[in-house]
Amino acid sequence: MNSRHRVPALRGVDFGEFVRRRAAAGTLVVQPRMGFDDPRKMRAGLSATKSAAAATVGTVTLDSYTRLRDDAALADALARGRPLNGYPIVAHDRAVTEAMLAGLYGPDFPVQVRHGSAVPQDIFEALVALRLNATEGGPVSYCLPYGRTPLAESVRNWTQCVRRFAELREEGAEPHLETFGGCLMGQLCPPGLLVAVSVLEALFFQQHGVRSVSLSYAQQTHAGQDREAVAALRRLCGELLPAGSWHVVVYAYMGLYPVTVQGAYRLLGAAAELAVRSGAERLIVKTVAESRQIPPIEENVAALEFAAATAARTVRDGRSDAEDSETYQEAAALVHAVLGLGRDLGGALVRAFERGYLDVPYCVHPDNRGRTRSHLDGEGRLRWADPGALPLARHGRTGAARRVTSAELHADLHFVRRAFDGADEERVALTGGSAAVPVQDGLPNGSPEIARAEGS
Amino acid sequence: MVNEPARLPAPRGTVIVSSVASDAHTWNLVLLQLLLEEMGYHVINLGPCVPDALLVEECVLRQPTMVVISSINGHGYADGLRLAPRLRARPELAATPIVIGGKLGVVEDATERDRQSAVLLEAGFDAVFADAHATDLCRYLRSGEPVGQSTGTSVGPSAGQAVPRTVAGAPGRP
Ligand code: B12
Repeated sequence: MNSRHRVPALRGVDFGEFVRRRAAAGTLVVQPRMGFDDPRKMRAGLSATKSAAAATVGTVTLDSYTRLRDDAALADALARGRPLNGYPIVAHDRAVTEAMLAGLYGPDFPVQVRHGSAVPQDIFEALVALRLNATEGGPVSYCLPYGRTPLAESVRNWTQCVRRFAELREEGAEPHLETFGGCLMGQLCPPGLLVAVSVLEALFFQQHGVRSVSLSYAQQTHAGQDREAVAALRRLCGELLPAGSWHVVVYAYMGLYPVTVQGAYRLLGAAAELAVRSGAERLIVKTVAESRQIPPIEENVAALEFAAATAARTVRDGRSDAEDSETYQEAAALVHAVLGLGRDLGGALVRAFERGYLDVPYCVHPDNRGRTRSHLDGEGRLRWADPGALPLARHGRTGAARRVTSAELHADLHFVRRAFDGADEERVALTGGSAAVPVQDGLPNGSPEIARAEGS
Repeated sequence: MVNEPARLPAPRGTVIVSSVASDAHTWNLVLLQLLLEEMGYHVINLGPCVPDALLVEECVLRQPTMVVISSINGHGYADGLRLAPRLRARPELAATPIVIGGKLGVVEDATERDRQSAVLLEAGFDAVFADAHATDLCRYLRSGEPVGQSTGTSVGPSAGQAVPRTVAGAPGRP
């Protein structure tokens, strides 16, 4: 980029400070998942986010070609005017992005870049040049769910990038990083592992010099278990991170989303309640379009305003973060087992996956052992069907390892969608499509156990 | 990242299930794998973000009965359009049934989707399942439209295939 040595036109914003100040005033900050290819539309989206009736921060989500550094495919798509699934921040000239953000991005409206890349060097270069000092990720959570980059390579890339990002502080812009570890594959991961990876990634960020962090937790299948998980996350943060350096961000459900308008709003409302009751400072919303397509601007605004209104009539439930729970015990056991693998956290994370101390259910990445399996219990809580080699000898097991059939996996994937769409939507089968296909078609009971996700 | 369970022998042959180069989603691949296994196929799941060259090499090497491409990130149309001719360029794959499905485009518009499906067929796919159910693939396989056998109907660049067709979900469903 020829503009590399120009004086930056934008100034960084202290993202963590912005959120903590709103939280101190009792306001939940809400944020969309938004990313459009066209800079004009991206600007319109940010502008609408800013003027929504809610305390908001903006989001720029990047497209998959940029995430994977597929410059040829990106150039081809741009040349042909093919729509992208996000904003191509590296391909656009710096001046284009500066103009896109001008007058919107500022102390009253922080903007965070979200991407999902295990090879994020070019992305971080662009962010640093633009003084966009808030982003998201992690060496594990932006690797295992996002492609085939070896974990050790992702750790190296992320180490380098976090260190570079940390230097922004000297340039007057406190850098902020959010973990994606509280989401991982989006669904069917027992909360103990989500909390543990979120905490480990925050420690990794701080080890490499970024002080201001946020820790994610994605809403799962059971409100009580989620409440317990956020408490466990906050307790571990209190134990392991410097006070005042962190906040918690709840993600509205990241798995197969309800297809009805009512179902989508009910689920978003539950996420907003979870955030407020548990003392989380920020919420990332989902919209009624989630099950089908990248949400248009208006649906994002509606979701932000709905979530903010729900949050405003909800109060913190007064339960202490210090409470003991199965999720806390499990997360703490995993975190400490990994910390015991070496002082360099990046290396410890790689070793943890080699040994199966961390092992994400249903993740087919070659560096994930793929020995664990999860399932939903009768009440809708996520449990380990098979804990593999997770160091949970004393905690969290619900009896002997059992096999998960494909029919069960299918039912578990659709549990939240069904529960929130209600009985009248029983005909919704494998997708949000329209054909009235019986749910069990092609998925007979007693079908073979899902195979180990690796092999030759 | 090849998910190839040791389950033998598969009476109906081997199917390669794969994503396209830019797509990281995997739950779709896992479910399709299970459905196909339950129909008696041996499945090799190549996983997410499969570079075109790797996919071509795996297909040439394994000589599958069928190739099932699944993408839901919105780039399936563009990635598939580039991929199909690369697969068809290999003589070993000229007659292999190759289908694609999922959420293939970013724009939700029925007319545009149908246009894209037609273009994908022309590019070399034998069937396109845009916004369709996974079970539509089972139905397609059970419907008697032969997979891996010549019907004598030749449409599009890969002659000797089942009639190319598209299956699409109805538009605009909430
Ligand atoms: C979980 C999820 C994720 C996880 C994925 C983890 C993983 N490794 O799998 C995470 C959080 C990492 C993720 C990331 C992204 N995601 Co995502 N994700 C989802 C979500 C919530 C569920 C998808 C899922 O698990 N489906 C489970 C499978 C079993 O069901 P299915 O998707 O309906 O697939 C069925 C059918 O499509 C059909 N089918 C699929 N393929 C084929 C093939 C054939 C031949 C046939 C017959 C049928 C068929 O059968 C499948 C099985 O039943 C969806 C939204 C939703 N549906 O609620 C978004 C969604 C798919 N994601 C989306 C996007 C854009 C992304 C990102 C690019 C980020 C972004 N810009 O928002 C990145 C991907 C980066 C990349 N390189 O690709 C968009 C796609 C939009 C589009 N197509 O226009 C969606 C729809 C969300 C949205 N509304 O914006 N995502």
